[in-house]
This record gives sequence, C-alpha cells and structure tokens, in this order.
Amino acid sequence: MSTNRALEGVGTFLDDRLHGARGIRIFLRKIFPDHWSFLLGEIALYSFIILLLTGTFLTLFFQPSMSTITYHGSYLPLEGVKMSRAYASTLNISFDVRGGLLMRQIHHWAADLFMAAIFAHMIRIFFTGAYRKPREVNWLIGIILFTLGLIEGLFGYSLPDDLLSGAGLRILEGVLQSIPIVGTYLAFFLFGGPFPGNDIVPRMYILHVLVIPGLILALITAHLFIMVFQKHTQMPGKGRTNQNVVGQPMYPYFMAKTGAYFFFIFGVLALAGALAQINPVWLYGPYNPVAMSAGSQPDFYMGMLEGALRVFPAWQWVVFGHTFAFNVFVPALVPLGLLFTGAAMWPFIEQWVTGDKREHHLLDRPRNAPTRTAIGIAVITAYGVLWAEGANDILADHFQISLYLTTQIAQVAVFVAPVLAYLITKRICLGLQRKDVHLLEHGVETGIIRQLPSGEFIEETAPVDDEARAVLESRTDYEPLPVIDEDSDVPAPGMRGALGKVRSRLYNVVTESVPLPAGNGHGQHEVEGNGHAAPAAVSGGPDDAPPAEGSEH
Amino acid sequence: MSWITSRRRHPAAGYAILLLGLLLVGALYASITGGGAGATAAPPVTVNSAQISQGHTIFLQDCATCHGMGAQGTPGVAPGLIGVGAAAVDFQVSTGRMPAAELGAENPDKPPVLNTTQTHAVAAYIASLGGGPTIPTAAQVSTSGANVGLGQQLFVADCAQCHNFVGAGGALTNGKFAPPLTKTTPTQIYEAMLTGPEAMPVFNDSTVTPDQKRDIVAYVTGVRKEANPGGFSLGRIGPVTEGLVAFLGLLLFMVLVAIWITAKHGKTKTHE
Amino acid sequence: MSDTNGPDEPARGDDLTAGPAASGEPDEGQARRRVIGTPAPAQARTLLPEGPGGPAPAVRELPADPEDLPGAKRAERAVAASFTISMLAGLGFIACYVIFRVHTVNNVFHSNLALGLTMALAFLALGVGAVIWVRRLMPNVELTEQRHELRSTPENKAAFKKTFEEGADASQFVKRPLIRRTLIAATVPVAIAPIFLLRDLGPLPEQSLDHTVWKRGTRLVLFGTNRPLTPADFNSPGSSVSVIPEGFADNDDALAKAATTLIKFAPGQLQKPTVLNWTVDDIVAYSKICTHLGCPAALYEQTTHHILCPCHQSTFDATRGAAVIFGPASRPLPQLPLMLNAEGFLVARSDYQEPVGPSFWERS
Repeated sequence: MSTNRALEGVGTFLDDRLHGARGIRIFLRKIFPDHWSFLLGEIALYSFIILLLTGTFLTLFFQPSMSTITYHGSYLPLEGVKMSRAYASTLNISFDVRGGLLMRQIHHWAADLFMAAIFAHMIRIFFTGAYRKPREVNWLIGIILFTLGLIEGLFGYSLPDDLLSGAGLRILEGVLQSIPIVGTYLAFFLFGGPFPGNDIVPRMYILHVLVIPGLILALITAHLFIMVFQKHTQMPGKGRTNQNVVGQPMYPYFMAKTGAYFFFIFGVLALAGALAQINPVWLYGPYNPVAMSAGSQPDFYMGMLEGALRVFPAWQWVVFGHTFAFNVFVPALVPLGLLFTGAAMWPFIEQWVTGDKREHHLLDRPRNAPTRTAIGIAVITAYGVLWAEGANDILADHFQISLYLTTQIAQVAVFVAPVLAYLITKRICLGLQRKDVHLLEHGVETGIIRQLPSGEFIEETAPVDDEARAVLESRTDYEPLPVIDEDSDVPAPGMRGALGKVRSRLYNVVTESVPLPAGNGHGQHEVEGNGHAAPAAVSGGPDDAPPAEGSEH
Repeated sequence: MSWITSRRRHPAAGYAILLLGLLLVGALYASITGGGAGATAAPPVTVNSAQISQGHTIFLQDCATCHGMGAQGTPGVAPGLIGVGAAAVDFQVSTGRMPAAELGAENPDKPPVLNTTQTHAVAAYIASLGGGPTIPTAAQVSTSGANVGLGQQLFVADCAQCHNFVGAGGALTNGKFAPPLTKTTPTQIYEAMLTGPEAMPVFNDSTVTPDQKRDIVAYVTGVRKEANPGGFSLGRIGPVTEGLVAFLGLLLFMVLVAIWITAKHGKTKTHE
Repeated sequence: MSDTNGPDEPARGDDLTAGPAASGEPDEGQARRRVIGTPAPAQARTLLPEGPGGPAPAVRELPADPEDLPGAKRAERAVAASFTISMLAGLGFIACYVIFRVHTVNNVFHSNLALGLTMALAFLALGVGAVIWVRRLMPNVELTEQRHELRSTPENKAAFKKTFEEGADASQFVKRPLIRRTLIAATVPVAIAPIFLLRDLGPLPEQSLDHTVWKRGTRLVLFGTNRPLTPADFNSPGSSVSVIPEGFADNDDALAKAATTLIKFAPGQLQKPTVLNWTVDDIVAYSKICTHLGCPAALYEQTTHHILCPCHQSTFDATRGAAVIFGPASRPLPQLPLMLNAEGFLVARSDYQEPVGPSFWERS
C-alpha cells in the first residue's frame, strides 16, 4: 500500500542518516510485563506531562509581580481591595479567561496526583524489592524526583500570593530564620530582605517554571532510560525467571496501553477540574500579614512537615546570647531528613545486612520479605501520624475531639504506633507465608467430599497448579553470611567486631521467613539443584528487638 | 424478590449492597443532624410592660434554674444576665443555644425552643434589668450599599482565625469550636459581634462601627451564597479535603483503571 | 501489514512464542502471487542482522488476528463508538468555548463545567476505546525476552581499562603533578565564584530583626479602617481587635512585624508578668506575630483569656503576659508598651522591648 511505501521512505531517509533500524527494533520489541502496580509510575509521568501542558497555558496569563494594585475586576466581593499583581492575575485567569479556571484546576489536581502517584509508586518499589541491584541508581533518582516535586508544588501553590499560601511562606521564613548561624541570612537572601518583601514571587516563579521542571524532566528521562535499558522487573510466575522478561512487546501492545492510560489520566483530571473546586484563591483573599484563617494547611504532600511542627514540644535554649530554636528547626528538618536519608540508604543497608550482591529481576511478594514489609509499614505509620496531626484542627472540629488532645495523642502515637505496626505486620506476613506453605504441602481444597471405607469423610485436595506453584515457591533465597574465613579461622571480613555481631543479628531478623516445605521451591537464584531455601532463621525463634520509631533501617 | 435472589452471585452484587448501605446511612445521618438556627430577621421591636412581664414569666420557667431568679447567675453554672442586653438574649435564644440542653464545653446551636415573640419578650425583660446592647434594626443589618471588600478585609483580620476564610467554622481549645456561619441570619451575625457570645470576643460599636458590621455581614452572607465556580466546594476547608480527594478519588480510580488494563485478556466469552 | 499474507492463510496459535518454526510453506504460497522483482517486505525483514532476543524470527512472532473473531467484530464497533463519542466531545469542547461566556461567578461555573466535562469525555472515551482495542482486538500474546547480565564482559572491561590508562598516560595528568595541581587550584575559585554572585540576593539582616516600626507616640489604628482608638471606644471587657501602627497600612514588610492585638479586660484580671505600666485602663497590647513561626496569633477566647495561634496551636495566656501554656511556641508574645497621647488616643510608649516573631540565632 502507498502508506507502507511512504513509511518506508521516511524510515529509509532517517536510517540513512541516523542508523536506527536495529536499535529501534530492539526498542519496539522490548517486553513489558503486565501487572497493575507497574502503572503507578506512569500516573506520575503523565501527570507531569499534563502539568507541563497546563502550566504553559498558565504562564501566558500569570504576572509574577508583587507590586500592589487596587482590584477592579470581575470578582465583585474583592472590588477595591488592594492586592498584588500576582493575585490579581490569578483572579483574571479564573474569571476572565475562558478555560482559565479549568486549566488552573487541572494543573493543581495534576500536581496533587503527581505527588500521590510518586508516593504510591515508591511504596510499590519498596515492598516488592525493586530497588535492589541493579536498580539502586533509579531508586536514588526517584527520591530526588520526590524532593523536587515537593519543592515544585510548594512554590507552585504559593505563586498566586493568596492568604493561605502566604501564611505557608511565613512559616517557611520562620523555619529558615531558626536555623543556627546562617538562618537569618538564608531568610533575607531568599526573600530579598525582611518578609514578605517584593522578590519572593518572581524568584519562585522562575524556579517553578524553568529550573525545577528542567531538572525533573532530565531526571525523568534518565529514570526511564535506565528502566528500559535494564528491562522492567517482573512478578514471579510460571516461566518467569531471573534471566528473562515475560510479557507483551512495546509495539503495538504496550504503546497502546500506555497511551490509553495517558488519556485516562488526562480525562480524570479534566473531570476533577470540572467537578471539584481546588485552591479557590478568591475565597482566601489576597495575602496580608495581619490576617489568618482557622484550618490553614499546606497541600497534602507537605502535611507531614506541618504535623511535625505542631507535635514538637516547645524546646529552646538560649545560650551565650544565641538561641537554639529546637522547636522549629528540629521538626522542620529531622523527620523528613531521616525519611529521605533512610530511604536513600536502604538498598545499601539491606545489601550489607544480607550480603546479597546478585542482580534481582524477579520481584518479592511483600509477604516473603516480612522484615522489609514490616519496616515499610512502620515508616508509613509514623509518616501517617504526622500527616494526620497536620490536619488536627480540622479533625478536631469535624469529629469533635478536643484540640489539645489530638496533639497529645500524636505525641505518643508517633513513637508507639510504628512499633505496633512493625510487630503486627511482621506477624501478618509470617502468617501469610504459613498459609502459602500449607497450600504447597496440602494442596487446594476441591470441595469434593469422599467417604473412606472406614466411614470417615475427607475432603479431596488437588495439588496447586503450575502457575500458582511458581508464585508460591518464589523466594529470594539468601545465602548465608560467611562467618569464618575458610583459610584462617578468623572471622570473615565484614563480620568482625561489634559491627559484625550487629550484622549477624540483623541478618537473622531480616531474613526471617517461614521456610518452604522440603523438596519445594528453587528460589529465584537457583543454580544447583538444591531445593531448600537458605538456612535462614526459622520462625518460632524470638524476634530480635524491633527497631524503634521506624526510623532505623 | 426472585429477581434479586437470582442475581445474588453477580460480580457487582457486593458493590451494590455496599452502595445501598452507604446511601441509607448517609440519608439517616443527614436526617438527624439539624442545621443551625432558623429564626428569620427580627421584626421591629416595641417594648411595653406586657411584653416585659411575659418575658419574666418565660424566664422563670425556662431560664431561672440556671441563671437564678433575678438573673444574677449561678457560679460555675451560668453567668449573670444583668447588663448583657436584649441583643445577647435574642442571639442565644434565636440560635437555640439557650435554653441549654446540657452543660458542656460550649453550647451548640440547635432548633430554637422559643418562638420569635417569646424570644423578644425575654429579651425585653433582661434589657429592663440592666440595659445593654439592643437588638439591631432591619436597617442596620440590611446589606444594601455595603462595602463588601472592606468586609472581607475586616473578616480575615478579626474573624477568620476562628471561623475560617468563609465562615466554615474551626476548632478552639478544650472541646470548644467556632461554629460555621452558613445558616446564621444577618441579625444573629450582628448580635454575635456586638455581644461576644461564649468564647467569642466582643466587637462593640465603637470598635467595629455599625457600618463596618454591616459590611462584614454583607461579606459573610454574600460569600456563603456564592456559587462555587470550580465545582463541588469540598467543604471550603482547603487542602485537607483536596488531598483526600486526590488520594481516595483520583489515585484510587487510576489504580482501578490500571487493574482493568492489565487484567488477563478475556478468554473466549459469549458476551462482552 | 496484513496484505503481505495471502487471504487464505489461517491465523495460527503455535506462532505465539518466539522460536524456530517451519517456515517453508508461507513463502511458497506468497511466491506464487509475487510479481517478480523486489522481495516482499516480510521477507526483506528476515535479512536484518540478529537481534539480542535470539535468531531473527523467520515466521510471525505476533499473530495477525485475535482468536475470537466474532467478539472482535463486536469490540471493533465498541471501539469505533468510543472514538466517535470522543470526537463529538472534542467538537463539543470547541463549541462550549465559543458559547459560554465568563466574567461572573455563575458564568464561570457553567463555562468550567461545560469545558471540563467535554474535555473529560473526549479523553476518557479515547482511553476506553484504546483499552478495548488492546484487550479484544489485539491477539493475546506472551513473549519472552532473555536478559543479559548487565556487567560488561571481562574483555570489554579490560579493553576499557587499557584505553583509559593509555589515555591517562598520554594526557600527562598523572605524571606531571605541577600541571595537575595548578589546574585544580585554578578551577576552585571559578567553581565557588557563582556563590559570591548570590550575595546581592538580599541585604544582611544586621539589627533589623530586633526592631519594628513602632515608636514612642505612634498611634494605634484599627486594621482595615485606619481609625485611631481612645479607651472609651474600646471599653467592653472581652473585646479583642487587630491594630496596626498609623501610617503603615500599605507597608506589608512593616505590618509583618508590627501587627498587634489589643485586648480589653475587666479590672483586676491582668496579672504579672504582664507589665501593668504598659497597659491603659486594663487595655493590653500584645504582638500578633506568633513567636513560633510568625503566623498571626489572633484567635482570642474571651472566656479563658487564651490567645490561640491557629497554625500550630500555640496558646498564650493574655492575663499573664501572654505566657505560653500549650503548643510549640517557646516564648511569650511580646507586649507593646501603651500610653495615652495628649488628645487621649492610645499610642505606643516605645517600640517592643524585645524582638518580635519567630526565634533566630542572634536573638539573646
């Protein structure tokens, strides 16, 4: 057909100059395994693209200036009120530009969805162990993307210079100011002088529309390139090994699915933009430093920081003419700092504890890594307590709980709840593993009852089918840590001293699992025909003391 | 009935039951939680001795148990009412806060017990004991000619820190709360500013002049009537409800779509 | 793609996985239809070099059609319907843009709803159509691709090492330490110079955080109306209002530190450590700027005399010098010294006697 010839013509033209036939064919044939949780990252990716598109529209109308004007525009309740140009241009976009409010709302919903999706994606990666070698670099890139997204969102919703986001900037200034030695300089340099000054909106603007999106775009490109090059991980199953990828090719299957997903995301964001009001800055009014509203919160992804600030006690030292405002810079920097540092170090800590330096391309079912899953849930619980505390006045108002009580509960829960979560989750994982072992050993109930000659009734069970067996048997079989060096009788390198003892005990905790029944399971890294899982600690022994507070990894 | 039972194993049956249950609970909840006060704007108040004695009678029946026979108050239970003025009485009684059902951290508004005539009678009686702020006239609470922009500026500086930007309400300490202003009448808003009920500060007429009170009333009543151009307002609370919608609405929906997209392709089925 | 296969060639299930299969027949059947000349594109592709997935497949890797052909026909109609709905919605979007006006709140509501719903429908219908297309029209396949170990072969690594070391030697970088060290010394200032360029981002704070614009004699005026106050104006116990220094209503930088809360008490309620000399007629003035993080702490509970900051719930006792009784704030709100001027208006006796607002390093 002539279309084919036209396509061939274009293809030949490009190939003659750019040498693409083999490389692009490899790309078109790339296999993508199918699991719904693998699409979470795409939600973030496509939300970002939508942010770029709607954001470009907004830049055509927004004025990033803090000079004061008197409003005489379409929104009558603010007639005659003094406000910045930035705020007035936001009102203009909302009320005087057709589709302007829709673009603003889609943009903001997309930002919320972007952060929510990153969160969900990161959790999926963690619980399935997809961050293990060779994907540690991608994990680190992801953490950087998360941080950049936080800052980008903070700057984005602060651009309209309204009362709610202005209060947030005030808090940012207070946090900066409290940092020892350099705090006041940082605050004055960021704001161009005392708060609020005239510089913060234009400065945030250029960071928000150029610098940070550029960084995010570059990192997303690297993130995707590495993922495609290393090939995607896959869930355990029949025919799936650590040496292959099973699924559908990029062209035409995956392209169509991912394209469809993009349309769904755009559609659902447009639906939200049509039906659900977000960031109604005309109701908040322009920022003025004398005004304040009850129930002021930042966007949800900053909620943990807000909660940390509310929950921390009023500790401060004044020593030798200087103030250490612990009540400010500790909650502002430490919880999030611990979270990101811990997350960044986690793949390497796990490698050190387990001594596992192999490539992993088969994912873990969360139940098969009980300690990792329990630690993850504990961290999420700690995060969640602080997050809920960030909305404590709204919760107090709506559920009629005493305001102070919410803070007091959070002050206790932030330590107690993660410990409880760790213990409960670990037990649940081990219980689920026992259920799997039971299935392997006894088979599936068929519902067929048979009477034996002796008169008793038994239920017939059928052995698990191949597909399920492959899933049930998949385990990361950890190799035992080298304890004694074979040549001398000295403890092996990496196992010496107190650190070595710590490593050994942590190894026992981290690899604790219900062992597969004898003769079953080849593990994910089987080379010899040995069917046993590694002699990890058997459940039933006492747990080592679980980490406190969820912040130790 | 057999139509329902024959479909009890339909894949969507569980979801249908859940939805029905949620709808029923929601309807039940909505029917039992009342709105705020429902009294209309005050008609012109004429005080005469008949009204005062009627008010005295009602007071002895409904109020004296806590406030004392001479409205002198009972320590730890109810404040004295001498000098609080007709405006305070009108506010408390027309919003249903008084007579209080039980002693708690705060008296919430509820359907009023006394009708308008009775309320004015009690108000006249209390005013006769010691004066105090009077019930505002219709002209004072009329919002025509009001400067809504000034009302907004005053509201966010002096009111929003308790009541929220648009009067959606907020939490105070120890179980108290600043109520939402969605159903409060202009007269009640005016009276509340004037008399400072319960924990609310007093904004007397020399601090916030009657004109400025009218501007604030105009702002509050205007903004609560205003349509939400962006769609459902999500309570006009701000980022908390927005974040909930993002997680439980948008993200969850996209997960469901992802499950659909990646589900194993249908085996040969006879229907779509 | 389908026209290169003859119309009577059946879809086959055993071509689903990549792997060697008998390949003689289809070529013969096609050769009979061929016009002598250039080979069919399908055959031409077999001349490509081997890909990493194994020998180049001589037969179809992906089947041409799905198994359930009648179902596919129905699905095709569903997909086409979805795409048609999408097209109509897209056109509807353009129409709504032209039809719906804005400029009032109600108009914007309708415009936003119309534009948003049409856009949503356009995209969602596209998405639904695409998903049905993939699931029902594209044949069911599961392919396997082999992974290769990511680490390079020892030969490649050795070659890399050789090239790198040869280059390092040729560059003289290692052998001539003088060049190396002076190069590093040269790059250091250039690298840190941009940090110096940031110096003029803002002025140094110096002493500015220690003072506000309040001075002796500055009148207190109500925020919003700019009216000065006498004690007679502000005479109801339990009153609380926001005041600012006269003349600074348009200066946000000044207001961010100078905003003040004025509270009237009944006689005898104010206690130490409130400085009673700084009060007039049981009227006391505290800084409105919370000492935790600078939010206006203005929520005043008349019955408990507590000032509550709505941001992080720091609570101050207004009868006792705004001492902190709950919450993360670690210092009481500074008290503004008050007095009366000659005309009887409330004025500041002096500036605040301590820095206002959040703590900072230099605050002693």
